[in-house]
Amino acid sequence: MSDMERYAFDVVVIGAGGAGLRAAIAAREAGKSVAILSKSLFGKAHTVMAEGGIAASMANVNPNDGWKVHFCDTMRGGKFLNQYRMAELHAREAPDRVWELESWGALFDRTKDGKISQRNFGGHEYPRLAHVGDRTGLEMIRTLQQRIVALQQEDKRIHGDYEARVRVFAECSATDLFTTGEGDEQRVSGVLAYWRPSGTFVLFSAKAVVIATGGIGKSFKVTSNSWEYTGDGHALAMLAGGSLVNMEFVQFHPTGMVWPPSVKGILVTESVRGDGGVLTNSEGRRFMFDYIPDVFRDKYATTEEEADRWYTDPDNNKRPPELLPRDEVARAINTEVKAGRGSPHGGVFLDVSKRLPAETIKAKLPSMWHQFKELADVDITLEPMEVGPTCHYVMGGVEVDPDSQAVVGVRGLFCAGEAAGGLHGSNRLGGNSLSDLLVFGRRAGDAAAEYVAGTPEGTLDEAQVQRAIDTALEPFSRATGENPYEIQSELQQVMNDYVGIIRTKHEMEQALKLIDDLKLRARELSVVGGREYNPGWHLALDLPKQLLVSEAIARSALTREESRGGHTRDDYPAMEPEWRKVNLICRIDGDGVDVVSQPLPLMPAELAALFDGKELSKYLTEDELSALGKEKA
Amino acid sequence: MGYLAKFRLWRGDHGTGSLVDYEVEVNEGEVVLDVLHRIQATQANDLAIRWNCKAGKCGSCSAEVNGRPRLMCLTRMNTFEEDEVVTVTPLRAFPVIRDLVTDVSYNYAKAREVPAFQPPEGLQPGEYRMAQEDVQRSQEFRKCIECFLCQNTCHAIRDHEENKRAFAGPRVLMRVAELDMHPLDTLDRKRMAQDDLGLGYCNITKCCTEVCPEHIHITDNALIPLKERVADQKYDPIRWLGSKIRVRSKSE
Ligand SMILES: Cc1cc2nc3c(=O)[nH]c(=O)nc-3n(C[C@H](O)[C@H](O)[C@H](O)COP(=O)(O)OP(=O)(O)OC[C@H]3O[C@@H](n4cnc5c(N)ncnc54)[C@H](O)[C@@H]3O)c2cc1C
Ligand code: SF4
Ligand code: SF4
Ligand code: FES
Repeated sequence: MSDMERYAFDVVVIGAGGAGLRAAIAAREAGKSVAILSKSLFGKAHTVMAEGGIAASMANVNPNDGWKVHFCDTMRGGKFLNQYRMAELHAREAPDRVWELESWGALFDRTKDGKISQRNFGGHEYPRLAHVGDRTGLEMIRTLQQRIVALQQEDKRIHGDYEARVRVFAECSATDLFTTGEGDEQRVSGVLAYWRPSGTFVLFSAKAVVIATGGIGKSFKVTSNSWEYTGDGHALAMLAGGSLVNMEFVQFHPTGMVWPPSVKGILVTESVRGDGGVLTNSEGRRFMFDYIPDVFRDKYATTEEEADRWYTDPDNNKRPPELLPRDEVARAINTEVKAGRGSPHGGVFLDVSKRLPAETIKAKLPSMWHQFKELADVDITLEPMEVGPTCHYVMGGVEVDPDSQAVVGVRGLFCAGEAAGGLHGSNRLGGNSLSDLLVFGRRAGDAAAEYVAGTPEGTLDEAQVQRAIDTALEPFSRATGENPYEIQSELQQVMNDYVGIIRTKHEMEQALKLIDDLKLRARELSVVGGREYNPGWHLALDLPKQLLVSEAIARSALTREESRGGHTRDDYPAMEPEWRKVNLICRIDGDGVDVVSQPLPLMPAELAALFDGKELSKYLTEDELSALGKEKA
Repeated sequence: MGYLAKFRLWRGDHGTGSLVDYEVEVNEGEVVLDVLHRIQATQANDLAIRWNCKAGKCGSCSAEVNGRPRLMCLTRMNTFEEDEVVTVTPLRAFPVIRDLVTDVSYNYAKAREVPAFQPPEGLQPGEYRMAQEDVQRSQEFRKCIECFLCQNTCHAIRDHEENKRAFAGPRVLMRVAELDMHPLDTLDRKRMAQDDLGLGYCNITKCCTEVCPEHIHITDNALIPLKERVADQKYDPIRWLGSKIRVRSKSE
């Protein structure tokens, strides 16, 4: 390709959300040259949409909080399927990562004594989420963006060039990841991308690559996720020889908008419940009291009176069941609607109007107030919202080493943020993603920089690059063929209907068959127009990755014969301790995905000691309990 | 429930292009962005638009709808008559890349000229103490979603390409005000706002404030106070000296 641009960097970070930016900052601070790629403009990644907050046990509001409590909450929320080491590192390091943001200019809401204020959220024992109203993600991404600019200003002073060591390639999408060498010598050598505005290809040679591409939600019809979430990083890692873990666990957030149809799926932040909002059905009943599962029975209030007292006196009362982990609330809403007790547009009611004064609602939930006013003509200070489950987050992701975020099986490749798996187990707690991005983004950036220091320059195989370019341009050569929008929309319907919030064997087999058909049709994609800013072509390039990742989700979901967190099987409704010991791992097999089981490491006795035996015995097998020296209760 | 609407979209690249008519189905509750997505999926696969959140949070989908700078995801179809032609054109102040997508790099380049937040020396992370009343003013400006509608609307840029070199526009000057009002920032950017970023070009018409989808009081709360602070400082020899030798010198 004569018009291809070429660059060389120590580290290429694919993704400019919280994880990617934090990784880039770390690698640059370690003295490496860094390229940051993103599909959208700088500052528009999903992270910007996060609302509720960042979980970190700073103990500013409740002095009893600490990393150990946060660790336990995270494990509980994930139903003990979490990679314990990641959960530990995350809980330990989150406070420092949040404080660091402040030293880069972030302005969080404050407590009376001038510290960072913290709010309640589902599954978190104490008020733990650092926040700015309900636009926390915006504050976080802007702060990281401005930190990048600060580093560029430093480089300008020293080297006379803003982009001497960090350059942002916005609207530049990665299509392929290259490796060099064979067997044990195989390692990352570069990335192929294209500028969306011009359609020009860009070849990066790099010793290390960090995948921070976020999630997969655009595979589902009803979702809070944007067009960017086609699982690119998941697919790139698998195609380079890496593996995915826990892909069956997809989080359906309980409260998405349900009306009007065009905004169906758009998120209603959990802070609405954290700040006092309650869920009711068409009979006016606060139905969450009917859905407290046994494992959580001693942690949640059983009467409305106690639940209401908790907002003002959390030390002496149990929390309202509206704040159960997301999987529980989503399933409960699903059941209420199916039983005919839903709201007019197929959701349930979420009401703050009767719980808080209008001024407080506008101050604490300003963007929710706007969102409903502008998109649904609903004034949430006067009337309830209608809400229902929406595909929101993927707990599964690229399998990584817990300390370094190095991708298992591919040297020089690292992964952080929503794209990486392990931390959240079978269900993520709200607020634990933003902190995940910071903690593991930094670790990935540091580890990548360290790896680069000890690694010789790799070589790019020009023939391989040319093949990748030819494949990318193929859809232009077909005068007639499949419309990429059509295929994507069919895929979304399949995933929503058959691999959604409640799953059965028969339906998932059906889904896999349909995905296979779509894969065949996707070989015949055709695009109209030229290479300059052509969204049809962009989608044609994303689609094969999206299909591959959807297959990984469906196959893992079919394999796991139990219900746990973000994976609910109608045909296997119970949670099985034997299945808790198993991670499902997806790898490329021919044109498709193969699933194998792999044992999940058991946490060491020091960490197990943080839980009482009675609780552990709900999750672990007898053998595991005795290995940890715990009695079966 | 649905009806057929008439849309007229600007199609083309760089220099050349024209308005093209489309007839497209519109359903209850939809916004302009939904309709454009339908055109894209069924009639013009290559229609270039930017979007991400579809909820007014990311500032990607800026365009001019019937000549008014708007976020397409927050422009509801029920604000138009069913027989009205809805015309969507790209932001006027920035060069067109293709169709409704413009080159907004000017805004990022100018933002990079504003020196970053500088905390007091020796203050450790975790030790920051600020009162809610004191952070509130800057917090208002940090609601900015960088849609650049204000930049597109300000007449000093919109009608005067030649001013772009000297004038950074309301979004960027508001960033200066934000840092100036940050309770712990130690740098003085007031002279730079005046001399390098062109604060003097702003004649407080408030057009920027009117189009801001975040309802930030850009003119009243950021630009006018910044102008006052600059003026105060100009006539205060001691403060001026202070700013020269870079010690904390905020007009609070
Ligand atoms: C509406 C909403 C509200 C949320 N609220 C909260 C909350 O309150 N608290 C919380 O903890 N979590 C929240 N989450 C979850 C959290 O925001 C996300 O999980 C998190 O922001 C993901 O960050 P990331 O850095 O992994 O990816 P992102 O921020 O999504 O960034 C991904 C980046 O990768 C880039 N990219 C992807 N593919 C490619 C490619 N092929 N080439 C180049 N670049 C590519 C994208 O352009 C983007 O820049 C929320 C999510 C949503 C959708
Ligand atoms: S108030 Fe100033 S910045 Fe805003 S539009 Fe008017 S001249 Fe431009
Ligand atoms: S100040 Fe308002 S109009 Fe200007 S870029 Fe920010 S959000 Fe947009
Ligand atoms: S799509 Fe995000 S603001 Fe319109």
